[in-house]
Amino acid sequence: MKHIKNVSRRSFLKKLGISSTALVLGVQLPSMLTIPKALAGVTGPDKFSPNVYVQIGADNIVSIVVHRSEMGQGIRTSIPMIVADELGADWQQIDIIQGLGDKKYGSQNTDGSRSVRRFYQPLREAGASARMMLQQAAAEKWQVDVSETRADNNFIIHDKSGQKLSFGSLVKAASALTVPEASTLILKPSKDFKFIGKSDVALVDGKKIATGATTFGFDVELDNMRYAVIARPPVLAAKVKSFDEKAAKAVSGVIDVVQMPELEEPAVFKPLGGVAVIATNTWAAIKGREALNIQWHESEHQNYTSETYKQALAKSCDNPAKALRSKGDTSKALAEAKKVIKASYYVPELIHVPMEPPAATAHYHDGIFDIWACTQTPQSSQGTVAQITGVAAENININVTLLGGGFGRKSKPDFVAEAAILAKQLNVPVKVLWTREDEIQNGYYHAVSYQKLTAGIDNNGRISAWQHHVAEPPIGATFSKGADLIGSEADLGLIDMPFEIANVSCAAGKAPAHTRIGWMRSVTNINHAFATGSFVDELAHAKGVDSKEHLISLIGADRKIDFAEENAKYGNYGETLEKFPVDTARMKAVINKASKMADWGRKLPKGHGLGIAMHRSFVSYVACVVEVSEDSDGKIKVHDVWMAVDCGLAVNLERIRSQMEGAAIFALSLTFYSELTAKNGVIEQNNFDGYQVARFADAPMTHVEIIKSDAAPGGVGEPGVPPIAPAICNAIFDATGKRYRELPLKQYNIV
Amino acid sequence: MITLSINGKSHQFNDDGDMPLLWALRDVLKYTGTKYGCGKGLCGACTVHVDGQPIRSCVTPVSAIGKQKVTTIEGLSEHADHPVQQAWQSLNVPQCGYCQSGQIMSAVALLERNSAPNDKDIELAMSGNICRCGTYQRIKQAIHLAADLATEVKGS
Repeated sequence: MKHIKNVSRRSFLKKLGISSTALVLGVQLPSMLTIPKALAGVTGPDKFSPNVYVQIGADNIVSIVVHRSEMGQGIRTSIPMIVADELGADWQQIDIIQGLGDKKYGSQNTDGSRSVRRFYQPLREAGASARMMLQQAAAEKWQVDVSETRADNNFIIHDKSGQKLSFGSLVKAASALTVPEASTLILKPSKDFKFIGKSDVALVDGKKIATGATTFGFDVELDNMRYAVIARPPVLAAKVKSFDEKAAKAVSGVIDVVQMPELEEPAVFKPLGGVAVIATNTWAAIKGREALNIQWHESEHQNYTSETYKQALAKSCDNPAKALRSKGDTSKALAEAKKVIKASYYVPELIHVPMEPPAATAHYHDGIFDIWACTQTPQSSQGTVAQITGVAAENININVTLLGGGFGRKSKPDFVAEAAILAKQLNVPVKVLWTREDEIQNGYYHAVSYQKLTAGIDNNGRISAWQHHVAEPPIGATFSKGADLIGSEADLGLIDMPFEIANVSCAAGKAPAHTRIGWMRSVTNINHAFATGSFVDELAHAKGVDSKEHLISLIGADRKIDFAEENAKYGNYGETLEKFPVDTARMKAVINKASKMADWGRKLPKGHGLGIAMHRSFVSYVACVVEVSEDSDGKIKVHDVWMAVDCGLAVNLERIRSQMEGAAIFALSLTFYSELTAKNGVIEQNNFDGYQVARFADAPMTHVEIIKSDAAPGGVGEPGVPPIAPAICNAIFDATGKRYRELPLKQYNIV
Repeated sequence: MITLSINGKSHQFNDDGDMPLLWALRDVLKYTGTKYGCGKGLCGACTVHVDGQPIRSCVTPVSAIGKQKVTTIEGLSEHADHPVQQAWQSLNVPQCGYCQSGQIMSAVALLERNSAPNDKDIELAMSGNICRCGTYQRIKQAIHLAADLATEVKGS
């Protein structure tokens, strides 16, 4: 019998034969809790800090600040890759410093697939300015022209004379120089990239994760720390009527019971209210909470019941309150159409369920807050804590731990404020932990949506009209009580529908919110891409043409679309259309690539089907082809997913592939399994039994190809999600002839 | 008082014997490598070994452990050199990494009882471990890789 035993890293890699050249970070990273708070950005005689992202020590260690939150997208590896490449650093001599929440870094709000998109250029400039100052210092020492020097592996090298000096030996001289103007920086030509666009950089936290040595938000431990769980209102904005403090305190290990401030809507990022139980360990706090026997006052949201709400949304689609895009005359074209096709689509309310629920630890001392949290947004954590506790923002240190998944949940810092309130009131370090039940029942939800699509086919067989009406409660309601019409959600796959159709109309109906509506990985792109991606396939079948050819032909001529010409106010993810155009050629290129990967058009085994969809989001383009089969019991299995992604210049190929693989699973979960329902204002599901996600046996093989491009880098974390659900449903139609328009598909007993 | 054997070390545990092993490990004994995910035995993030068998520590009271030996992710190897840990690193399996302690403990237990699992064996053994980031396909590849390596070790 074979036996599993430990072997040395070297012999393992040797036996493996494939990864022995992988770049593994040489320096042991300090634990999150031992990072001196003042390190980032501080300069001294033996430290050279030309900017807030880079610091080089006389010991030749290059410290790189990662100012964005790591939640699985690999940013703690990708940011150092960019900086180290431009700097000419030795990967073995790098130390990674997680940045505190601080405006000096620019935005740290790690959502919207923005980290590389927004910081590629500033980070390269940070690396280049440090490198040029080191070059200057060396050139002055050698009395040579700076243009004759170059940087590589933590050395400045003068090839002509064969001289070289380590970065560390130049720290003192470089520190005395003036930081060059941005306009004078000379960036590395892309042909010389050593890390950017390469696949062999190992995850910087890989070893710590494999040994359980990482620090997530849940793992923070401080001396004399208390553990807190909170009973929050089951219905949004319900206030506490009564609770049994005595019973909770009778539980062994419970130290205190604290009523939280009541929530006044809008919810924003404020704590939800309720009652906190503070204990010597998490379990005692949970038991104490169970003993509270809280009674709640009524809330205006207690009439929210999903079944009736769905009917209201459907009606609202018929009576849109806001036109969002209008080109030509859709009513006339539909009246004149030879054939009119209609379909309605429904996606339920969803929740993030990161494997680590929210958690934050706060310590208030000497007028200062030291806080550790798994937050996607340290600056707004800081701002929220300042607003709620009255402590000045500059006295609030937000340490960002690793995040056990985020998906948008952890960009709302309500949980950070809870910890701050308790720590200040009790004058002791407090860790607030959300249980899974809390996370599912008191979240910021992905909005439920109903969509009605109508298309006209004219006498020439062309699609002459496209009408898309949606009703979904807006994120705006979380920030402005009573808001009932979507705003920027419309930019996410609704008004940016790219098909070349003469008459287009997109509009939204009213939908009041009864839970906190938030954003979840790819946001309303999920619903909108599901509807458009499915409907376009329905049109192909109505016309009797190949789905892929139809998709390509409906996208039409190569062009860059400006939706403003069609009376639409399109935000383009905060980017200009000059830098990030809506480019139909790139759409068609990813469709062609994914089709080729999947061998689209091949003869399929009996019971199998292929489906295709393409979606542009976060200024990146993703097409996917999915292969499914139906077995004799009518159960569907997803076998393979082929994804082609054009995200512009690709920095970390390995993590881009992993984000696509993960996006496929994330989307598969919501396609087949996930659904929240509300009854009398209360979310009915509370754990992974009721709110299901994809498990091991559900996972297809996902194949990813990244289009080589020099275009500005686009988003990666989210764009893989939207096209998957329509591609799956299109594949199921291809395999079975059954069209499913409501998610999740488990309701049809096909999984 | 209960004496617990964790990763070969003896610990005195003075709290409530009803406390799930998960919270005893994390909050009392400070082995934070074992993670909370659901508290109901539904997600596998809290998987540890009790006398070599994988169990969900979030639903196992400390009093049920007795003299059995508990192994957590921290006790799997001295130098991160268990083949499963190395396979995980070599294939860059993790995304956020939070569920991976439990995934690794389930994978190690599988390989202990089946040194050459096929895809179905892996799916079955790993069905109780959720990864929301969606690293399933790499986990599968890593388990095969670790199994191959174990064969090589035996043969060398």
